[in-house]
Order: sequence, then structure tokens, then C-alpha cells
Amino acid sequence: MISPNKREEPLVYELSRPGRRGIQFPDPDVPRTKLPSSLLREDLNLPEITQLDAVRHFQRLSQLNHSIDSGFYPLGSCTMKYNPRVNEDAARIPGFLYTHPLQDTNTVQGSLALMHELQEWLKEIGGFAGVSLQPAAGAHGELSGILMIRAYHLARGDKGRRKILIPDSAHGTNPASTTMSGLELIELPSDKRGNVDVKVLRSACSENVAGLMITNPNTLGLFEEHIEEVVDIVHDCGGLIYGDGANMNALTGIVRPGDLGFDVMHYNLHKTFSTPHGGGGPGSGPVGVSERLMDFLPDPLVTIIEDSDEDEPPLYGFKTPPKTIGRMKAFNGQFGTLVRAYAYIRAHGGDGLRGNAEHAVLNANYLLSKVRDAYHLPFERTCLHEFVIEGRWRDVPNVHALDISKRLMDYGFHPPTNYFPLIVKEALMIEPTETESRETLDAFADALLEIAAAAHNNPDELRTAPQTTPVGRIDEVRAARNLVLCCHTQYPSNPDPSADPES
Amino acid sequence: MNYLPHTTEDRNDMLAACGVEDISDFFAIIPEKKRFPTLDLPEPLSEMEVLRELKELAESNADAEHHPCFLGAGAYHHYVPALVNHMLLRGEFLTAYTPYQPEVSQGTLQTMFEYQSMICALTGMEVANASHYDGATSAAEAVIMALKHFRGHRTKIVLSPTLHPQYSQVIYTYTQGMGIKTLAVNEPPDELDNLNTHIDEQTALVIMQYPNFLGELEDIENVAKASHDNGALLCVVTNPIAMGMLKPPGEYGADIVVGEGQPLGIPMSYGGPYLGFFATRQKLVRQMSGRLVGETLDVNGKPSYALTLTPREQHIRRDKATSNICTNQGLMATAAAIYLSVLGKQGLREVAELCFHKAHYASDCIDTLPGYSVRRERPFFLEFVLRCPAPVSEINAILFDDYGIIGGYDLGQDHDDLKNHMLLAVTEMNTRDDIDALVEALGAIK
Repeated sequence: MISPNKREEPLVYELSRPGRRGIQFPDPDVPRTKLPSSLLREDLNLPEITQLDAVRHFQRLSQLNHSIDSGFYPLGSCTMKYNPRVNEDAARIPGFLYTHPLQDTNTVQGSLALMHELQEWLKEIGGFAGVSLQPAAGAHGELSGILMIRAYHLARGDKGRRKILIPDSAHGTNPASTTMSGLELIELPSDKRGNVDVKVLRSACSENVAGLMITNPNTLGLFEEHIEEVVDIVHDCGGLIYGDGANMNALTGIVRPGDLGFDVMHYNLHKTFSTPHGGGGPGSGPVGVSERLMDFLPDPLVTIIEDSDEDEPPLYGFKTPPKTIGRMKAFNGQFGTLVRAYAYIRAHGGDGLRGNAEHAVLNANYLLSKVRDAYHLPFERTCLHEFVIEGRWRDVPNVHALDISKRLMDYGFHPPTNYFPLIVKEALMIEPTETESRETLDAFADALLEIAAAAHNNPDELRTAPQTTPVGRIDEVRAARNLVLCCHTQYPSNPDPSADPES
Repeated sequence: MNYLPHTTEDRNDMLAACGVEDISDFFAIIPEKKRFPTLDLPEPLSEMEVLRELKELAESNADAEHHPCFLGAGAYHHYVPALVNHMLLRGEFLTAYTPYQPEVSQGTLQTMFEYQSMICALTGMEVANASHYDGATSAAEAVIMALKHFRGHRTKIVLSPTLHPQYSQVIYTYTQGMGIKTLAVNEPPDELDNLNTHIDEQTALVIMQYPNFLGELEDIENVAKASHDNGALLCVVTNPIAMGMLKPPGEYGADIVVGEGQPLGIPMSYGGPYLGFFATRQKLVRQMSGRLVGETLDVNGKPSYALTLTPREQHIRRDKATSNICTNQGLMATAAAIYLSVLGKQGLREVAELCFHKAHYASDCIDTLPGYSVRRERPFFLEFVLRCPAPVSEINAILFDDYGIIGGYDLGQDHDDLKNHMLLAVTEMNTRDDIDALVEALGAIK
């Protein structure tokens, strides 16, 4: 019986006993060199546990998580679809796993061929002239893209362009990336149908505008109804278009952002191309660009140094774009993630990717059709891969989106993204993805309907949820007020024997 | 091969429920001329064919399991205990995302809390975040943090000449729009002490590396004093394996300690995914970027974990956030937490000492070869600088072609003064036989 003031699983430091060990290394097979004693540390406060302790500890911890593998995970804008296991095996082939990033390029032609092929495929999928695989995540791709837009204007002597236009429905990373690039944000309101307000856009455009950052379909799951007009307005004033590719899973094989006139876009390989999200990462955020930004791409690109002939494959190497914004990270992008994305695209082909987008959209619209009578839908339109409903009812003001989210956990589902986008009150953003079956969608819809009914009949059932999770509702305010970010005050390496560890 | 569950009957029923005849009708909103492009991609393959194709590509690489590898320079071939990968493949770690909903994410959250605690222990610091993309971007985030700390009153950054050159490049990329002065001290590496003369009252941050890019152990205390005398912050980039034996930068007065966490149980994987670790002082925590996990209680008083200080972050603060970072390197931080738990206090020290002894054995042997000499101005950890009798690229080509050895890093590509200088790394993975083979091969190249 676990007492209420014990952790569900002890901290690894609590399992530690002096002298236990999890692994042994061989004795040195070379003469020992005298250690520089003044430079040595006295103590190192790491746990001392056995391998079995470690296996049980991390196995138990893993079991406290919800994951795609455990159940439905309709976290909007995150594209939590099935992560094929073969891609894990592919990334762990020794020839990929044990190559050093600074090896002579002649000795890593397989890795470079893969990267080059993936660059070409991403160009084709997005309709772009060039792709860099360097950025490590979506936000990192955004920073690369905005820095490229900035560098493009500066290279033309157009120094006054310092404003980036961003719709109010955008992910928070868009304004944050803009600030990091040293540019300034102008926020654009959405119109009554969830689009960029074209009138406002037109009046905001000037010779000070560097570009527009746009997510399409946007975070409401809605395709911009005036996208071509929006692109023309910005281009006509001399600005460029940045596409946030977070929602590309709705568009693969449906429309290419480059064909719509986008100048730069990042791909989220961990979303659209299903590389595992890993409890927060790694992601991968390659950027695609139109012809005019090619020279500004992050350094380096993979290129063909010598073309293939009859017997020999081409020789691959790196090149630095002539006006590059520079390196975004050390070494060569999130290579292991690139292998997984390559395997995923290779398995699907063009028609398969289109099928993914179509069924992601079918699943979202089907789910929406089942819940729309019980929840308020702020924009009455056909959605693409995700949709946003309001988690509130006028007649039960004390029930919030958070309560609905927590109650969904009791049904075994991960909650949707909540309280985002900010332009919808009490937002619940639901992205089912294409790999979920009709039965799963039906079960989730039933849960949402039951919760809507309970919100009116038995609201306490929502406000006290979750009841079935490893821990009950968590006091997040306390975490911030009473900051405990490290356990060493509780578990010092050399505890004072007179101190009571429980106090 | 796709992963769709829809039967024809499912699809028809679902379309009917949506009031739509054909699945393509959902896309009527998309400009017609641009709708449904034919993608020129290769034909789809089955799972077994995909794997076969990738194996062929991988087999055309030369890897460190089949070739003794003496290349380091920021990424290292270390032993990863078998259970690390087994635990990472637990679907509950692998296929979860950022733990926004703590009640169903305690596994990830507690693992991150333990990771943060272990990074604090390694570095001698008080708080650590849940990761950045890699060591270089961690260093760039340290710059942004220092600028925020001084609220625009200090705009100069001083970079040590022995900082990893790619780290300096990433810092330049990140800060190119910020209107600050980044000074990469371009002194010959023998005159490192001149670093201090560049630190002044405009300096927000000084960044040095320990062990430095050349593998050497510089005097942190001296730079810390010069930094603090001028009111500047000091960031030290470190190697986490070295922390198994060396006194950590936190004990010398560093304000920020960052580095590449790849050596902590993460394979080299041709450059990523890696792990940027980031640690600092409690008093600076509100200027720190990245996810942070804190301990709290649930409604029943049970100790539990949640993301905290989120008002620093982009999803709350938007353009005023400390950084734009969202997705981080969660699974790699998990790998590091498992690695450090299994190695523990003794194991990490053993690995560090193995690297130290082997690197010194290698350097002593090579130093006796005619035409070669080892730089010995400072103590070093697992990497050292070798002056060679011929261009490094030529030597490396012979080492690989004739002996199957992956040689060291060519320092001449970054420092003109270091033409014909090779940076060699030796880890616990290099046996005495590997080292002896390297020595013999070098001895034969003149």
C-alpha cells in the first residue's frame, strides 16, 4: 500500500546504496598516467544502483506515461500518428549509428546519399527549389527561415524591412522566432471565418514589411480561403512568405506550398513523417526555399560533387551556400531522425502520402460530425486534419476546457491541446491523425458526448478528474511558487547522518 | 506500405457521416490548378524492401564499429550499456510528447527531473533545464540568456579562441540580428591568457571551453575572476565524461555550464540527434530558456512533477519569451539519465579515467616517433594536439586506405597556425592494440 505522501515511483537517488553498481568497465590495458590531483573532483553525486534497479525504475516510470503506443493521443498540431518500428531499426543499422559526423566524406557516402535523396524528396513534396536538413526542430527551422528573409532584404540593400506579420492564430514559436531574429512583430487579427483578415493585411503591408509568417491550414485546422490573394498582397509590397509547416500532414500530395508562392517553409519530420516524439523530442525541422532564397540556406548542404557514370554512383559532399545565414547547429542535422523520415517517405511514395493527408482529413471531419452538436464550434467550416471546439457551455460556467481534458484521461485518452489557439475561448484542439481507426474515433466521440452530458448533470465528475491516473490532479501553481528543480538538497551525496532525511 | 486502418466500408460510412461523396471533396477550398499535384517520388516499398535499401546505404559507410576511430572534436565514440537502448525503445517513452498534461506524463516528467538533478551534480550547478538541441545551440542560448540578464545594458560577448569553431559559428548565426558585438578572440592558442584583456564592462558573457577544443585544461578560475571583476557572466562549455573525474566548472565559479551530452549514452549517429545540456545558478533561472520540470504535489498530497516556470516560454509569452525553443531533445535526455544511473558514481569515473590513461599512453608513444611531436603546454583529458610531418589530410587518407583507421581532426582548417596539426581523441573504445596500430601506422608515414 502506497501511502499518500510517497512518490508513485521513488527517485533514482532514493534507490541508491553506496557500493552498488550497474556496470563494470575493463581495467586499463595501458600504463596508468598520474592524475593531476589539483584538478580532480572530490565527489560526484550520482546514484549507485544495479542494472536490475535501473531496468525496473525506468520501466515503472515509462508505465506512468500515456503514449501513442498506449492509446489515442489527439494532441492538436502535434500529429501523434503511429510511429513505424521498422524506422527505429533502420536508424540503428551500425553503418548509420556509429559514423562520426566529421569523417572524411569519402567514407560516409551512404549517409550523404540518404541526405541528398531526402533533400530532393522534400523539395518535391513542398514544391521548393532548395532544402537544408540542418534545423533540429520546427522552431529551429522558423529561426533559420526568418534569418534568411532578413538576410535577403539586407543583401538587396533594403534595410528598412524589419516587420514580420503574424496572424493571431499562430503558434507561439512564430513571434518568438521573429524576436530572436531581431525583427519586430505585427499581429494580424483573424476574420469571422478564421482566415487572415485581408483588409487588415492590406493596410499593414508597407515598405517596412520583411514578410508574413503563416500556418496553412492554420491552427484552427482551416485552410486560408484567400491564400493566393494573401500571398500576392505580401509579395506586391516586397515581403516574403514564411510557411509554418506544422500542419503539412493535411497537405502532402494535396497542394505544394511552393506552388502557392511560399518562399520558405519548415517541415516537421516528427509530425508529417512520423519520427517518434520521444517525450519532447528530438524533432527535425528542415527548411525548403524558393529560388530567391537558395543562396541564403543554412550551412552546409549535401550536394553531388561528381555525377554518376555507368558503373559508379555519384560522389556526394558538402557545400556552403554563397550567402548562407551560417550554421544553425553543430554537425549535420538530426541525422538519425532523417533516416526515419527517409524510410517513412520511401515506404509511402507519392500516392501514399496523399492517402495519409486524405484520411487524416476524413478522420478529423468524421470526429467533428459526431461531436458538433454537443460542443460549440467557433467556425462553421469543413476542417482539414484538425479542428477546434470550445470547452465551455454558457449554462455551466464552472466547467472549463481543463476539466474536460482531465476527465478524458479517465476514459484512457490523452487530452487534446487545450487553451490554444488563443483566439478561441477555452479551446480544445483535436487532431486524430490518419492512423486511427473508426472504432477509436467512435469511442473518443462517445467519451466527449458523455462528458458534455456530465458537465450539465454531474459537473463534479469533471472537476475532480482524473480519478484513474497514477497521480491525481496536479498543483502546477505550487511547482512554480515552491521551486524544486533538483533533488540534491533532499539526497546529498554525503548526507549528514544527524539530519533526518524525511524532514 | 501505409498504416491506414480504413476499410472500404469504413471510408464510405465515414464520408456519408460527413455528408461528402468523395474524399477529394474535402479539398474543394484549395486552388484548383494547384490541387493534387503528381509527386515525383519513387514507388512505395514494403517494410522488408525499405530495410534492405537502407542496409545497403549504411554498408557503404565506414563506421567506428569496424574501424578504430580517433576522431573527436565534439562527438565521441563511447560504450553505451545495452539497457539504455532497450529502455529508450519502451513505447511509453518513445511515442509520448512534451508532458503538457502531467497526470498522464509522470514517467517523462520524473525522468527529466532526475536528468536535471544529475546534470547539476556533474556540472556543480544548481539548476539545469530539460535540454537544448546540442552543445552548440546550448552555448548560443547562454548568450541570449546573458543579454536578457543585462537587459540591453551590456552587448558584448567574448568567445575564447579555443571554443569549438562550430559553436562560435552557431553563436554568430543566432545573434546576427541582435545588434550585439560578438568578439571571437583570434589569438594563437598559445596565448590564451590574452582572453582576459578583452573582457570589459560592456561584456555580458565570456564563453570558454573545458577541456577546450584542443583537449586541454585551461585555468577557469583565472577567467572567472576576470569576468566577475568586470561584472560579466562566465559560461563554460564542458565534456560530461570529463566531469567523471575533473572538478566541475561550477566549483570554479562558472555562472552557466553547457555542453554536448552525446557522450552520455548517445551514439554518434553521423551528427545527431544529440543533447544540449544547460545548467546555471538558481538566481538566473528566470532568464533561462527551455523546459524545466519541478516537483510539486497532486490533489492528494502525493509528490509528483510538472513543467514549471512556463511563463518564460514561447507558448505563453510569445514574442517576449526567453527563446523560441519548443520541441527539445527529450529522448536523448532520457538516454543520458539512464546512462548516468547505470554508470553511477563509480562507472563514470572509470570511463573518464580509462579515456585519460589511454589518451596519455597514445600521446607518449606517438611523441617518440620521428617527425611527430605532441603539444604539452597544458594538461589534457582525452584529446591532444599532434604536430605532423605532412598535411593532416594526406596522413588521414593513408591511415584509412592502408590501415583502416579513422584518423584525427585536421586543425589547419580552423587555425592557420595549426597547419599540419591533428587533434586525436582516445576513448575507452580504443584498445591498446588499436593504439599500437595507430602508432605503427603513423611511424610509417613520414
